[in-house]
Amino acid sequence: MLTYLLRRLILVLPVAFGVSVICFLLVQIAPGDPLTAIMPVDATAEEQSAMRAAYGLDKPLPVQYAIWIGNLVQGDMGKSIATGRPVAAEVFGAVQNSLLLAVSAAVIAFPIGIFLGFLAGYFRDIWIDRAVTAVSIAGVSVPNYWLGIVLVIIFSVNLGWLPSMGAGPGGSSEWQWNWLHMRHLILPAVTLAVVPIGIVARTVRALAGDILTQDFVQALYAKGMSRADVLRHVARNAAATALSVMGLQLGYLLGGSILIETVFNWPGSGFLLSNAIFQRDLPLLQGTILVLALFFVAMNLIVDVAQAAIDPRIQRT
Amino acid sequence: MTDRLLDVENLRVSFDTRTGTIEAVRGISFTLGRERLGIVGESGSGKSMTGRAVLKLIRPPGRVEADRLAFGDTDILHASDREMRALRGRHISMVMQDPKFSLNPVMTVGAQMVEALRVHERISGAKAQARALEMLEEVAIREPERVLRLYPHEVSGGMGQRIMIAMMLLPQPEVLIADEPTSALDVSVQLQVLDIMDKLVRDRGMGLMFISHDLNLVAKFCDRIIIMYAGRIVETCKASELHKAQHPYTLGLLNAVPDLEHPRERLDVLVRDPAWRAAPSVSARQ
Ligand SMILES: Nc1ncnc2c1ncn2[C@@H]1O[C@H](COP(=O)(O)OP(=O)(O)OP(=O)(O)O)[C@@H](O)[C@H]1O
Ligand SMILES: [Mg+2]
Repeated sequence: MLTYLLRRLILVLPVAFGVSVICFLLVQIAPGDPLTAIMPVDATAEEQSAMRAAYGLDKPLPVQYAIWIGNLVQGDMGKSIATGRPVAAEVFGAVQNSLLLAVSAAVIAFPIGIFLGFLAGYFRDIWIDRAVTAVSIAGVSVPNYWLGIVLVIIFSVNLGWLPSMGAGPGGSSEWQWNWLHMRHLILPAVTLAVVPIGIVARTVRALAGDILTQDFVQALYAKGMSRADVLRHVARNAAATALSVMGLQLGYLLGGSILIETVFNWPGSGFLLSNAIFQRDLPLLQGTILVLALFFVAMNLIVDVAQAAIDPRIQRT
Repeated sequence: MTDRLLDVENLRVSFDTRTGTIEAVRGISFTLGRERLGIVGESGSGKSMTGRAVLKLIRPPGRVEADRLAFGDTDILHASDREMRALRGRHISMVMQDPKFSLNPVMTVGAQMVEALRVHERISGAKAQARALEMLEEVAIREPERVLRLYPHEVSGGMGQRIMIAMMLLPQPEVLIADEPTSALDVSVQLQVLDIMDKLVRDRGMGLMFISHDLNLVAKFCDRIIIMYAGRIVETCKASELHKAQHPYTLGLLNAVPDLEHPRERLDVLVRDPAWRAAPSVSARQ
């Protein structure tokens, strides 16, 4: 197990390198000049090139990359062109908020998804199964930004129960664990949870249904075990695969909530990313994408290791 | 308890499907004492369904009906779920057709054996472990401590089969239903496993329902034989009197096997008479 862990950790290095190169290049490919966003329209050519040199944008790409990476490993992600604040501080603040939102959505989605999936897998092909399948297809297909807007209209505009904007009262982005702040979390978290509910339910349904038709289930009954005992066995069999699907879902939740964060003005990484894109804020854009991508890589690693730890059939050497 | 362990009268197993009702077992009657009873028949003749029906392990849409289905004084047919659970494994055990798939792939052999015992007995994990170890030794498994820690995919077919037998005998049931327990094994391992099972069953004075499609194997290994065809019993006889068998299907099965002492150019092809299907079931009650 330890060798497996080490090997997986070593494998992460080239992946991380590739990810950093792609993050760097992607931003270069994007059209538009970051300087036009911050320079006055009537800036002279000298002023422009001075500014270009100040941000190191006049050097060849490989050199720019080397400088970027060199600073990166020292924890310096550069300064935001738009605000002048350090990118690292901006990104980590935002990622924390996104993580909060993603984990909240996961806490809502995973238990519901697992429960519905088990129910459908156990009562396969009768109305319960059909109902769950309908719910999960709807959950996956409904565009969640649209759902978010609908929820805002119902719960914020019409009923006035919950706030629709920001992460705290008065648009503050400083999170605190109290009801005033948590009220702000409810609508975006619920909206974000809908897709993973569908995906987890479908996965667990397929897994449970498949495992229940296996011969060993009959052998368990032949031993004199109860339905609850048998379901425990089924859960144990499904755990590894279900866990990997949920781990990746958590990764998507973190990176894929741009629309939801925009709809709810949630000061997270998606919100930051869309701002960075519109302002052509290169350092901020690169930093945010990189952190999100590395988070995804880490999530993959955790999922793989957890799966190997749970399922004895996976090679652990 | 009397010597009549199982009493089955007019047992029927049917499946309601969209295209009509399929009758897998069509009114068979037999008893099982402290003996080895062989059930022989071709694929699809309803052997497995008979074995499973005794434990009420037929999944919907399958239905089990009978005039009588009893284990000793216990009425299986009308037993509640809870009563069935107390019966399964503890009094009537079953080794299924394919051992490798009868074990949960993500749990160790040891954990599953311990569990089989602790469903029925309140004993400590350590004691259960010790009993499992003893039982593995009885089925001639070398290094049982190591085997307890293995996962199902790490054991061979023959070992898996012996593990299943050991596991199912662990709570000391009175009846063992063995559904083609050796069909997945090669011949030498097959005989070894059968010998082990035979010894255990005889030592404990158990009743054995031995399901197989190999008439010669059953004749060697059992006291009494039931021949099934299309969900009915066409013939029943003592194993020692198999040569006196009358039914053309039994004779056909016997003739379809090569005989080393009287080699023939061609073996007979089994000809099935539609009339057999309609003929009423022979009773194998004693
Ligand atoms: N779920 C089901 N739906 C409909 N018919 C079924 C179902 N399961 C079994 N049957 C029918 O039951 C009959 C008997 O099956 P069974 O498994 O008892 O045969 P068998 O004698 O054990 O054969 P084998 O030697 O291949 O194991 C089969 O012919 C099959 O058509
Ligand atoms: Mg069978």
